[in-house]
Amino acid sequence: MKAVREISCETIIETIRKLFMEANIDLGEDVLSVLGESVKSEDSELGQYVLERIVENARIAKEESVPLCQDTGLAVVFIELGQDVHVIGGNFCDAVHEGVRKAYSDGFLRKSVCDPLSRENTGDNTPAIVHIEVVEGDRIKITAMPKGGGSENMSSCAMLVPSAGLEGIKKYIIESVEKAGPNPCPPTIIGVGIGGSIEQSSILAKKALLRPLGEKNRSDSRLSKLEEEILEEVNRLGIGPQGYGGRITSLAVHIEMMPCHIASLPVAVNLQCHVARHKEAII
Amino acid sequence: MKNIIRINTPLTDKVCDELNAGDMVLLSGEVLTGRDVAHRKLFEAILRGDKLPINLEGETIFYAAPTPPRPGRFIGSVGPTTSYRMDKYSPKLMEMGLKGMIGKGKRSPEVIDAIKRFKVVYFGAIGGVAALTARYVKKSVVAAYDDLGPEAMLRLEVLDFPLVVLNDTKGRDLYEDAAKKYMINLSE
Ligand code: SF4
Repeated sequence: MKAVREISCETIIETIRKLFMEANIDLGEDVLSVLGESVKSEDSELGQYVLERIVENARIAKEESVPLCQDTGLAVVFIELGQDVHVIGGNFCDAVHEGVRKAYSDGFLRKSVCDPLSRENTGDNTPAIVHIEVVEGDRIKITAMPKGGGSENMSSCAMLVPSAGLEGIKKYIIESVEKAGPNPCPPTIIGVGIGGSIEQSSILAKKALLRPLGEKNRSDSRLSKLEEEILEEVNRLGIGPQGYGGRITSLAVHIEMMPCHIASLPVAVNLQCHVARHKEAII
Repeated sequence: MKNIIRINTPLTDKVCDELNAGDMVLLSGEVLTGRDVAHRKLFEAILRGDKLPINLEGETIFYAAPTPPRPGRFIGSVGPTTSYRMDKYSPKLMEMGLKGMIGKGKRSPEVIDAIKRFKVVYFGAIGGVAALTARYVKKSVVAAYDDLGPEAMLRLEVLDFPLVVLNDTKGRDLYEDAAKKYMINLSE
């Protein structure tokens, strides 16, 4: 029998603390490079101006160690928990929330979580949204994703009829982007989840956003083709950077898919603003 | 790029009337910050006829809630939040003298109508460039609702804050015009 490997809650807390602090100030190289390229394809002067400011902002945030955006997000955490890991020194989920709490306090990040009805702030940006998957091995992979409210608010899920097919899926995604207009801080990344159930499609859509920017879906050529087609059509809508008009409404479309019920065709669209923040670590 | 127009707060009818959707401006002077809960509180106080914690006459509200400042700084990262959530409250605030709004995203027909009626301007600030935007802020003090934590209203002094006119007093809308201009007909 394989021996279990012990990982302490303290290590988990510290890893999550660091990841959320880093994610909020350091935009990934993949995002920066796609943004840099996009300036060249933008026709509108105002659009170019916006894209240049976005690149400049990323430089300032990193140099001064300050958040890229004032909305430092709802703390979404994806965990791949190796089945040979034994968590010691406390409760695993408590450790995740504690890591978030520490990051938002030590990192001078904005606390943006509240009671849905009274709208009273919880004061420490918890609870985090935690997705756990059990995998093989004796390690834990943690991905920290601070998700802004502006782009999340423009996201949605639809239970299409199977007869809608590829065309129906396309139409739903493009209409979502058009309806969102300037609200999700374009240029956006369009995360799409097809299949599963109502909640699974939304989780897939969010997971799709974690894929390095510029990478196509590699598991299914139907999807990589769909990603390309949708991106082209979305960038003909004219919305442009910040909705000020232009070509670059979106930087990429990332689609993930899984089987669904014979009666259903769930499609979720999770919009991600240009401040596409996520950092991961394996412990 | 088009001419850049320098303007100062408090905004007047004359200044507002001269601005057109699509203009780039550099705004200087004092602005208030306020977002969801602060708006609801102001709105409810107006309906009750209570005295407001701030006088809205001639004011400009920036829909923003900055991150907490690091030690040795007076402001964290700051930028606009999506404006439509304030739509329910904005016409009432304009009736009370509000002259400028800074945010991002489309407004409701009721807000656009009130913008015309009360000669107000709705400006757009770039969303997601909050480390850069903080550089235009020269001073920050709490103005009202300190108990709201991150959502408290602040009085900021800004210098040459770059903004784009989104909705003007003539009823024009940059978002509508710009998207039409750059839209490529799918049948082309
Ligand atoms: S949508 Fe993104 S860029 Fe825009 S304010 Fe929210 S977190 Fe920032």
